[in-house]
Amino acid sequence: MVFTNLRRHRVRTAIGAVGIALGVATMLSVVGLLGGAVKMFERILRSDAEMVVFEKNVSDLFFSNVEVTVADELEKQPFVKEAQPVLFSIITAPGRPVITCFGIRATDGRLKKGEWLQGEAASFKDDGEGVVLGERAADFLNAKAGSSIELGQGTYPVAGVVRMENGFENGGVFMPLAACQKAFHKEGVCSVITVALAEGHESGEVKTWMMKTHERLTALENEEFSRSYSQFKIMKTTAWVVGGCAFLLGGLSVTNTMILSVFGRIKELAIARVCGFSRGQVARMIFGESLLVAAIGTGMGWALSVAGLYALREVPQLQGYIDPQIGSTELIGALGLAIFTGLGGALYPAWYAAKLKPAEALRFE
Amino acid sequence: MSMQDDMAVRVEDVWKSFDHGRIEVLKGVSLNVTKGEIVALCGTSGCGKSTLLNVISGLEDVDRGLIRVAGQDVVDEKTRIELLRHRIGYVFQFHHLMPDLTLAENCLVPVIAAGGGKAEGLARMQELAVATGVAHRLKQPVRELSGGERQRGALVRALMNDPDLLLCDEPTGALDESNREKVFELLLELVRSRGRTLVLATHDPELARRCDRTVRMRDGRMEGEGI
Repeated sequence: MVFTNLRRHRVRTAIGAVGIALGVATMLSVVGLLGGAVKMFERILRSDAEMVVFEKNVSDLFFSNVEVTVADELEKQPFVKEAQPVLFSIITAPGRPVITCFGIRATDGRLKKGEWLQGEAASFKDDGEGVVLGERAADFLNAKAGSSIELGQGTYPVAGVVRMENGFENGGVFMPLAACQKAFHKEGVCSVITVALAEGHESGEVKTWMMKTHERLTALENEEFSRSYSQFKIMKTTAWVVGGCAFLLGGLSVTNTMILSVFGRIKELAIARVCGFSRGQVARMIFGESLLVAAIGTGMGWALSVAGLYALREVPQLQGYIDPQIGSTELIGALGLAIFTGLGGALYPAWYAAKLKPAEALRFE
Repeated sequence: MSMQDDMAVRVEDVWKSFDHGRIEVLKGVSLNVTKGEIVALCGTSGCGKSTLLNVISGLEDVDRGLIRVAGQDVVDEKTRIELLRHRIGYVFQFHHLMPDLTLAENCLVPVIAAGGGKAEGLARMQELAVATGVAHRLKQPVRELSGGERQRGALVRALMNDPDLLLCDEPTGALDESNREKVFELLLELVRSRGRTLVLATHDPELARRCDRTVRMRDGRMEGEGI
């Protein structure tokens, strides 16, 4: 009966399913995009390291100040293989008000991971002023190796251009740490220190050492950091709330569809009762129809969001910035919301249909 | 066999009103119908025939009085549902089939409601469709059927769960003369050949005359027997 009823009212069913599909697509897209952005940012922080050291209780890593000497101290510890200070900042260039700037040491492995398009890794020196541009940054700044660019208050020679996999890095500027500190008046400090552990050693050793020697700082494993960093939490929560709201709006279309469906066939429902349908059977039929509409909508929405995100990823201007993450959690979340919406949307129509008095309903015009 | 066992329908001093008691439709109606009997309820429009059928089937509640069908008091929802699923078939003046569904899909609705087996339901539908002359129209959407075919289809649907009692409210009232005769003849034949009970509301004295018994109603009361 459920399939038959939906088949009979194809347009109505399609409208309800499209409403849910748009909700699901919006939710999965927002959650996927923001989730992808979080993952991308996490990868910037990790860079072959297992831990991150930063200032306790800061709301944003841009405000974290860690003495670079801590990195040097850490590197002397037997449980640390490598400690790299990184200074994050935002810098301006003519026509470009926001460019992500990474102040790093020449020994930081992240530049070696990129594909050098111009210049070479050796030309990026700790005591120099030469900056390395991500491929997109070089493109929008119209710069190449050997030229000079205006960044903030200074002019810097371009030491090279690299193609980075990560969109933030590919659209950013890598500056020698000392030059970056000078440019932002943060001499002697960095935002975070990424820590790679020596083989056979545990993260607890770094944490214990940090608590004993630098109470002002905290050391967290990457996973711990991702879970606790408030910016990530805000982004993830925002994604689910915005997505959920879009979904619920889509859910209203299911309610509307089901209300129209019930009011449009009051006599039919009465006949079903005359034929022996109980109130429960009538309610279950309405809930079943609603759930099926929601399930169809979820499938359509999933396909729509995957196609949309794939298309976005292929847009040249966005390459590297879009790394959607639609995993099982997102899909289960969408399915859960679909079931919730399907059941919630059918509550009133099912109640109304179940309480219909057959004799009265048969007189209904 | 006691008299109680022999009774298909027992209606005793039944009162029914609408609009918070302002419109009294049944005023102390009593009626006994024995098993296998074919009874016509006669009377002018508005005399309470349809309401009486509705209270017998449990589609309407009574204000007071007793309704017993197949030995069961029609008092609660559970009994009503059980009776409608297994003991009572209902045919209306208008077929009330779902126009977008095929005739077969319409006929299977009572089987679905009763949780009956599909194969068994299909076999029974085929048998009844052959008997009523609509077997070749089963796969057609109802909107493509003629008035006579629709009413025959409604008859098939009403008999799908092999009910003991068939309630028909002006079953030929919406048909032309030729179809009226055919459908009514078919109805009597199906009921008689299966030994079922039929209570029929009609204002057509010709049809009423062909029933075993005729009960006249007037202004919500039983007026007497005979045309």
